[in-house]
Amino acid sequence: MIFKNSLFKKSLSTLLALTGVLTLSITLFSIILLGKESWSFFQKVPLKDFLFGTHWAPLLEPKSFGVLPLLSGTFMIVILSISLALPLGLLTATFLSEFASPHWRKWLKPALEILAGIPTVVYGYFALTFITPLLKSIYPPTEIFNALSASIVVGIMILPMISSLCDDAFFDFPISLKEGALSLGATPFEFITQILYPASLSRIGAALVLAISRAIGETMAVTIAAGATPKITLNPFESIQTMTAYIVQVSLGDTPAGGIEYQTCFAVGALLFILTFFFNWIGHKIMTRWSWELS
Amino acid sequence: MNFSWRYQKNSLFKLFTLLAALFSLIALTTLLVHILHEGWQYLSPQLLKNFPSRFPHKAGIYPAIMGSLWLMILTFFIAVPLGLLSALYIEEYLPKGKWKSLIMVNIKNLSSMPSIIYGLLGLAIFIHTLGFDHSLLSGALTLSLLILPMIIITATEAIRAVPKSLRMASFALGAEKHQVVFLQVLPAALPGILTGIILSLSRAIGETAPLIVIGAATYISFTPESIMDPFTVIPLQIYSWTSRPQAEFHHLAASAIIVLMILLFSLNLLAVFIRNHFQKYKSRL
Repeated sequence: MIFKNSLFKKSLSTLLALTGVLTLSITLFSIILLGKESWSFFQKVPLKDFLFGTHWAPLLEPKSFGVLPLLSGTFMIVILSISLALPLGLLTATFLSEFASPHWRKWLKPALEILAGIPTVVYGYFALTFITPLLKSIYPPTEIFNALSASIVVGIMILPMISSLCDDAFFDFPISLKEGALSLGATPFEFITQILYPASLSRIGAALVLAISRAIGETMAVTIAAGATPKITLNPFESIQTMTAYIVQVSLGDTPAGGIEYQTCFAVGALLFILTFFFNWIGHKIMTRWSWELS
Repeated sequence: MNFSWRYQKNSLFKLFTLLAALFSLIALTTLLVHILHEGWQYLSPQLLKNFPSRFPHKAGIYPAIMGSLWLMILTFFIAVPLGLLSALYIEEYLPKGKWKSLIMVNIKNLSSMPSIIYGLLGLAIFIHTLGFDHSLLSGALTLSLLILPMIIITATEAIRAVPKSLRMASFALGAEKHQVVFLQVLPAALPGILTGIILSLSRAIGETAPLIVIGAATYISFTPESIMDPFTVIPLQIYSWTSRPQAEFHHLAASAIIVLMILLFSLNLLAVFIRNHFQKYKSRL
């Protein structure tokens, strides 16, 4: 029997231990590589100019490397998509956990799972060929590439995530508290808004933070629908560019390794990594802390 | 006094939550109907058999389909063994403690890292350091990095759902640790693990951004013969057609989307089938 062979046992143990640290090394590698390439970038461009510069034109002469226009584009998408997805996601989760009959649940859950599983490039197509023309018919000055259209599909994309995280949070809510509230005469509305929501606030917060991180990293929908015009604007009907869309734009051109265009990708990527890492870390931290308190 | 108003507020709120829930259903239906409506006219055997072309009526996605299938199979063979062993190590061998929670937090973080960063990682490691060029191998390795955390998370959940009594019984009969893990726990957890693997793979074949970053081709007129050949995939073909201004190419993109969605849908059905028919132990998800 092969499991009695001592050489086999030893090599299996080594292999197992190696794969165990594999994921840690992926994180380590990402940090080292992004750090290394950004380091060579910041040898040429001062960090101050990168972080606080208001003009982004690394592909045109005269070159300029202020990342603020890309950041503003990214956060415009984040704010607009979250303001669509958070209320809808929260209400959907409320419906699912408090009001829906099993029949409704049986239909709604798979629909949400399908929405979550649709490739992002499909959402991009949908934004460009359906939502943008729709916006144009309502408000004619809308540009072909605009932030609002991309934000709407990003909102639809992250809605299932928010609703499923909130649904989990409501499921973990102690049933005795609910029964207590209802038996004291509270209506379901009063129970939900005065007890369930405040008690689940940290978990809803975690869902929000994780959704923000998703929206920051979202790439294809914003590349297709939001355009490639890095600028600082508050008008959602204009074309903008996000950090992720910039990386795609450079990758589609043929940029030699080691050139400044190649390095900008890694500098922008490093910023993206730091931002999403920060939001994910907060999100997961809130989640583990909360479940620890409950048990 | 305002007893009835309190109940009216409740009904109104209930209606609002219902409308919010309906929003997702309507969004999904609109999206599917729109794509079917845009894409049905180019949906033909030609689309599946032909190479891409400048002329919309002659264009097809044969190389993209082959590329996607190749990539899926390669990614399967790279990511699954690694993910499986990792999950077994974390759940069965690693003692509870700081080290384990660090690894778990790290995996959660990796699973929500944007996919485009995996593209940058693949570009730096597999293309510029190891010199695999813009090949299928680079693509598959990059996608493996991307889905590895997802596979590990679903696999650890499936392994955790296997009851302790099974392990105890096996130990009591004199089995060694490795035997218990590989001959008892693994087979018992397999349906759950398989479901996770299929869902991860369907995520991988829908990915576009990391493949653009590692320089996968958007226009290609041959099918890959070996793992070192350049390639394209269906989502990339969809992107390249969507970014053209002509309406005909948008219709083509829609029909390619239909093909991609059918592929994804069958994979998901397979996952559901396995979950419903073979899974004995479930953790609540």
